[in-house]
This record gives sequence, structure tokens and C-alpha cells, in this order.
Amino acid sequence: MATLLEVKDLKTEFRTQDGVVHAVNGVSFTVDEGETLGLVGESGCGKSVSVLSVMRLIPHPPGKITNGQVLFQGRDLLQVDDEEIRSVRGNKIAMVFQDPMTSLNPVLTIGTQIGEALELHLGMTKEQARKRSVELLKMVGIPEAEGRLDDYPHQFSGGMRQRVMIAMALSCSPQLLIADEPTTALDVTIQAQIVDIVKRLKTELGMAIIWITHDLGVIAGLADRINVMYAGFVIETAPVKEIFGNPLHPYTLGLLTSIPRLDAAMKSKLTPIEGLPPDLIEMPKGCPFYNRCTFRTDQCANENPALELGAVRHSVACWNWQDVLKKRAAYLSGRA
Amino acid sequence: MATSSDGALVQVVGLKKYFPITQGIVFQRKIADVKAVDGLDFSIQRGETLGLVGESGCGKSTTGRTVLQLYSPTAGQVVFQGKDLTKLHGEDLRKMRRNMQMIFQDPYASLNPRMTVGDIIGEPLEVHNIAKGKEKKERVQELLSIVGLNPYFVNRYPHEFSGGQRQRIGVARALAVNPAFIVCDEPISALDVSIQAQIINLLEELQEKFHLTYLFIAHDLSVVRHISDRIAVMYLGKIVELTDRNALYANPLHPYTKALLSAVPIPDPIIEEKRERIILVGDVPSPVNPPSGCRFHTRCPLAIDICKRVDPEFRDVGNNHWVACHVV
Ligand SMILES: Nc1ncnc2c1ncn2[C@@H]1O[C@H](COP(=O)(O)OP(=O)(O)OP(=O)(O)O)[C@@H](O)[C@H]1O
Ligand SMILES: Nc1ncnc2c1ncn2[C@@H]1O[C@H](COP(=O)(O)OP(=O)(O)OP(=O)(O)O)[C@@H](O)[C@H]1O
Ligand code: SF4
Ligand SMILES: [Mg+2]
Ligand SMILES: [Mg+2]
Repeated sequence: MATLLEVKDLKTEFRTQDGVVHAVNGVSFTVDEGETLGLVGESGCGKSVSVLSVMRLIPHPPGKITNGQVLFQGRDLLQVDDEEIRSVRGNKIAMVFQDPMTSLNPVLTIGTQIGEALELHLGMTKEQARKRSVELLKMVGIPEAEGRLDDYPHQFSGGMRQRVMIAMALSCSPQLLIADEPTTALDVTIQAQIVDIVKRLKTELGMAIIWITHDLGVIAGLADRINVMYAGFVIETAPVKEIFGNPLHPYTLGLLTSIPRLDAAMKSKLTPIEGLPPDLIEMPKGCPFYNRCTFRTDQCANENPALELGAVRHSVACWNWQDVLKKRAAYLSGRA
Repeated sequence: MATSSDGALVQVVGLKKYFPITQGIVFQRKIADVKAVDGLDFSIQRGETLGLVGESGCGKSTTGRTVLQLYSPTAGQVVFQGKDLTKLHGEDLRKMRRNMQMIFQDPYASLNPRMTVGDIIGEPLEVHNIAKGKEKKERVQELLSIVGLNPYFVNRYPHEFSGGQRQRIGVARALAVNPAFIVCDEPISALDVSIQAQIINLLEELQEKFHLTYLFIAHDLSVVRHISDRIAVMYLGKIVELTDRNALYANPLHPYTKALLSAVPIPDPIIEEKRERIILVGDVPSPVNPPSGCRFHTRCPLAIDICKRVDPEFRDVGNNHWVACHVV
């Protein structure tokens, strides 16, 4: 598959009263055409800032992209002019956020809001736009779509609003859909509806997806490849089955042993990751996971490991991943 | 009654909690009710953890609060240590309260930002005349170390702590009065994945150490299954199924439980690839105007004619496995 997006050594920071927040610290990754990439990691690790940087939606001030390239179909989005980035946004790259209410205009009808994008980006007439809007709403599973075009956002439930957002995002057939925790605010049965729709559309439309989540369960069933982020770094990247079956970073391993699984046969004890992530204002000089890591050695305190190949298509940023490989079985035993 | 009453610490019978919806500014008239909790029967054995799961708005928190008499019930009884709490008032109720505590979802909102950690944890000790002065301080420091915090933290304020640490403070406060029973209302939902396990383990350790009985409320079925002995599944103000943690997973009977289980993602791509999902259509109806008959019939893939008309009885189908469904 051809590369659609290539992010190279991206750095983004925020200048705040307390100091400079190092939100994204040299992140590199690629997304192939038609591929679904999962970005996982806990709150504040830089998932949203990474993709907002890709879209050039970082508020400035206080935020600033200080380094890197964002190559989309070969062109560096960090270098193009404002008009060009606007036409990329919503047209070639579309975004869906966690809270659909903040991205929908409460005083405009659903039909007007979907139609607007179609008229603006695709030059459709009102009549064409209305017809297409109905098709889009049907595609995301809104029942009696014709009758709902003239409704306002508050007349829709949370799950339906998120489906409207997806319909709007898909209206211009983007090559890349960025979904930032799109199901986090929803109930599991509604989440299952949305994930089902996205899986279907992904095969039908062949678009690439970046799906951000802190839920390892959702991403297991959805992603082709996963980037695990920690303190503004990608610390492990691999195909989805590798991440879950052959985790090489102590943090990834820690995440997997700390979550209860629905299918766990016995009431086994969880192994939490002790401690807290580092302060992004005063970043440690060595490995960002050092203070919580059970595999650490002296080297880790002083030198920050770069991503290196640990297996086929599988990179990890840890000095001691071979040690993880050796001792991993003991950590994972007692698990289903 | 769900489960026999011997050994039961808490016994809930026909519990209802309606919130009136009023209209008018000067003369408020009641125009309808939110039937948040609409007839629950269950009991919790001494030392047991009963899990309560269900989707947003199904009445989990209202159940927890009504059991503790933080809301006065619209109907029903809550028998705790042999006494019907709904009949107690004033001093008698206050005395019973000492044995029942609550841990809240939001460790940020539930701690007073202007009080020190020492005052927050010590408050119930004063309210119930258990300890004051030096004795109180010692007890607070003991509690801090029990929940895994440094005893020197007594003079700090909540904003100086992380979410997980604040939740530990909330746990310490609940433990201060040596309660027998604690309602944990989504105690880990606001925390990061890597921190959630810390709190789950803490709650498990404390239960063993102090022989606590928990009503554990959460919407995450994986977490509930991990921590609970038995699980009650709620839908729109009612319990639809109640059984032990293994039977619920291996042999779910209610169509809603089946759909809920199938919707929970499992962090394993190989399993996820093969899983068949039951995708429910539509959204949860409003508790103001719940559907007639079985409340789940509007979304139920198995609904038959009787489901629209008759509310199914909540009954024991054997082995203490309770379910409310016509098709089972
Ligand atoms: N406008 C801003 N001003 C200052 N700091 C910011 C701003 N936006 C983000 N940050 C900081 O950048 C870091 C990364 O934030 P980001 O939103 O990318 O995290 P995230 O991984 O998406 O977390 P979550 O799971 O909570 O959404 C955080 O420490 C955050 O506090
Ligand atoms: N104080 C109140 N006044 C009026 N209605 C209320 C009140 N508290 C709860 N409700 C309503 O009662 C129903 C049940 O709410 P409850 O908070 O018990 O649900 P829940 O299962 O805890 O949901 P969640 O998972 O979102 O916390 C909801 O429809 C809610 O809007
Ligand atoms: S580099 Fe060292 S501290 Fe960092 S994750 Fe690896 S072992 Fe742990
Ligand atoms: Mg985010
Ligand atoms: Mg609640």
C-alpha cells in the first residue's frame, strides 16, 4: 500500500504561565492508504495534540509546532498556505471529535449543516446537497433520514449526533478520517453501533483512519496498526496482533496487565502501573517511563531510548526490551 | 426476594425512586415523574460485592443513593442490619449512617477544595463523635497510610494531588468511621487506565482487611465482573438479571444482558476478529415515559406480543439466577 501520510519528527509545545509544556516530542509515523492506525495512551500523552498538529489546528499562542514535517500525499502540510490547508481539511482529511455537541452548531438544522459542506467543497446545488445528505444519514444508520433533516442537534441523542458527525466527515469522501475518542462519551451498546458502522464504511469507501482512544478493547477490533504513546513520544508501534501478542515496551505490557478482561476466567489480581506519568514541563532527561518502570537500569535514567526495530514491522523505544521479552511470560501469566 | 435473607447485610424490597417534573413558576404543578428507579428487589450478603451495571441514566446512582437514604424512597424498604432504614429518622438514622458510606465517581468534585486532606478525612470522625484533636490526627494519618498515601500529606489541599490520589483520599474518608457497607459509585471511571488498577486493588485489599460489603456501581462490565461476586444488570430503572459473576458471563439469559456482553470490547485482536456482535437498534427510551410491558421490548431482538403488554416478573429460574423476561 502506498503511504498516504508521513509525519516526521513532529514537536509541538505550549507556552504557559508555569513553563513550556512539551506535549509532542519528536513523533514520527506513517499511515498507508486504507489503513487504520490506532493512537493509544493515557490522558495528556499527546494524542490529540499530534493529530491537531497534523491538521494545523493548534491554537497559537499558546501552542506552536516547533519542528517536523507532515507529508500528505507528498506535500508538507506545515508549509502550505492557509487557503490550501483549509481545502485539505474537511475535504481530503476529515475529523470527528469526542463531543459532537461542541462541533455541531446548535441553532442550525442537521440538514443545513451537512448541506453546507457539500455546497462549499463539492459545489452542489441546494437540491443535490439535500439528496446527498439523506444518503449520508442513511449510510450511518439514522432511521427515517428524510424526516430528520430539519431537526436540530438537541433533538438527537448522543449516539445519533456522533453518527451525524461521521456523516458530515464522510460527505466529501476524505482519504483520511481522524477520529479523536469518538465513542468515549457513549454507552457500550451505542459504541458498538458506531464501531460497526465505521468498520463497514472503511471497507466500502477504502479510506484510511487514525482512531484515537485510551480503550485497548475498542482498538483491538478496529486497528491494523497501533502507536502506543507516552509523555509525548511514540514508545511502541506494531501491527495490532503484535502489540497485544508480543508487547515489547514495559509500558505496553503494564497496560495489558492492568486492565480487567471481560473474558477472564478467574478472579485474578490486576498488576497496576505504580506512580504517575512525568511532568511535561520538566521532562526527565532519560526514558520518560523511568520512574514507573520495573525493567529500568542505570542507562535509562540518563539516556532516552529511540525507537528501534524489535521484530518485523515492530519498533520499540526501550533500552531493555530484550529483557522484557525474556520475563514477559511471568507478567502475563495468571491472565486469560 | 433475590436470594435468601440469611446472612444478608442489606435487603432491598420493591424500591422505587421517582423525581417529580414540575411546571409553573409561582404555583409549581407536578406534570410527570422521572421513574429513575422503579421497583428493585435484591439483597447483599455480608462481605460480598454486588456489582450494578447498566447504561447511562438507567438509575444506578439513584439506586445507590436511595439505598443509603441520601434520597428518600418513593416506595419500598431498605433493611440494613435488621432495621428498615426507611422508617428511621433524625438521630436514629444518623447513627445508622455511620455504618454506610459512599465513594463517588468524581474525585475532583467530591472533595472540598478549601479543606485540607486532614480535615476532609477527619470530618466524619467529628460528626460522629469518634475522635478529635490529637486522636483525630493520628487516626487520619493511619487512614492515609492504609490507602497508600504518605501520612505527612495531612496539611495539603486536594488540588495538590493527582486523580488517583484524590480517589484514595475519598476512600480514606469513607473508611474513617469503620463502616460495614460502602456504595462505590463509579469509583474508577474518571481515572486513567494505568491508575484504575491501583484503586481496584486497593478496594479489594480493604474489603478483605476490614470485612467490607460493597455495592459496586459501574458501566464497565469488565471492571464489574472483575470485582463482583454477583452482578445485577439494570435497564431503565429495573433490574433485568441478577446472578453470580460466572453465570452472568457464561450463561446470560436476558436479551439485554446478552447484547451488553457482546458490545463490551475485549482487548485481544484475535478474539475480536471472531466475535459476533448483537447490535441493538435505537436508543434507550426516556424514564419519564417508559415503554409499556417489558421496558426493553422496543429494542429487543426477541420480543413477542406479550412483551408489549405485560411487565415480566423478576423470578428465580434456578441456582439463584434471577431474570425478568417472557422469553426465558
Ligand atoms: N491549549 C493548551 N495549552 C496548554 N497545554 C496544552 C494545551 N493543549 C494541550 N496541552 C497539553 O499538552 C499535553 C498533551 O495533550 P493532549 O490533548 O494531546 O493529550 P491527549 O493524549 O489527547 O489526552 P486525553 O486522553 O486526555 O484527550 C497535555 O499535557 C496538555 O495539558
Ligand atoms: N436529582 C434528580 N432530579 C431529577 N432527575 C434525576 C435526578 N437524579 C437522576 N435523575 C434522572 O434519573 C435517571 C437515572 O439517573 P441516574 O443518575 O441514577 O443514572 P445512572 O445509571 O447513575 O447514570 P450514569 O451512568 O450516567 O451515572 C436519569 O434519567 C436522570 O436524568
Ligand atoms: S528504557 Fe529503561 S526505563 Fe525506559 S522503559 Fe525501557 S527499561 Fe524502562
Ligand atoms: Mg485528547
Ligand atoms: Mg451514575
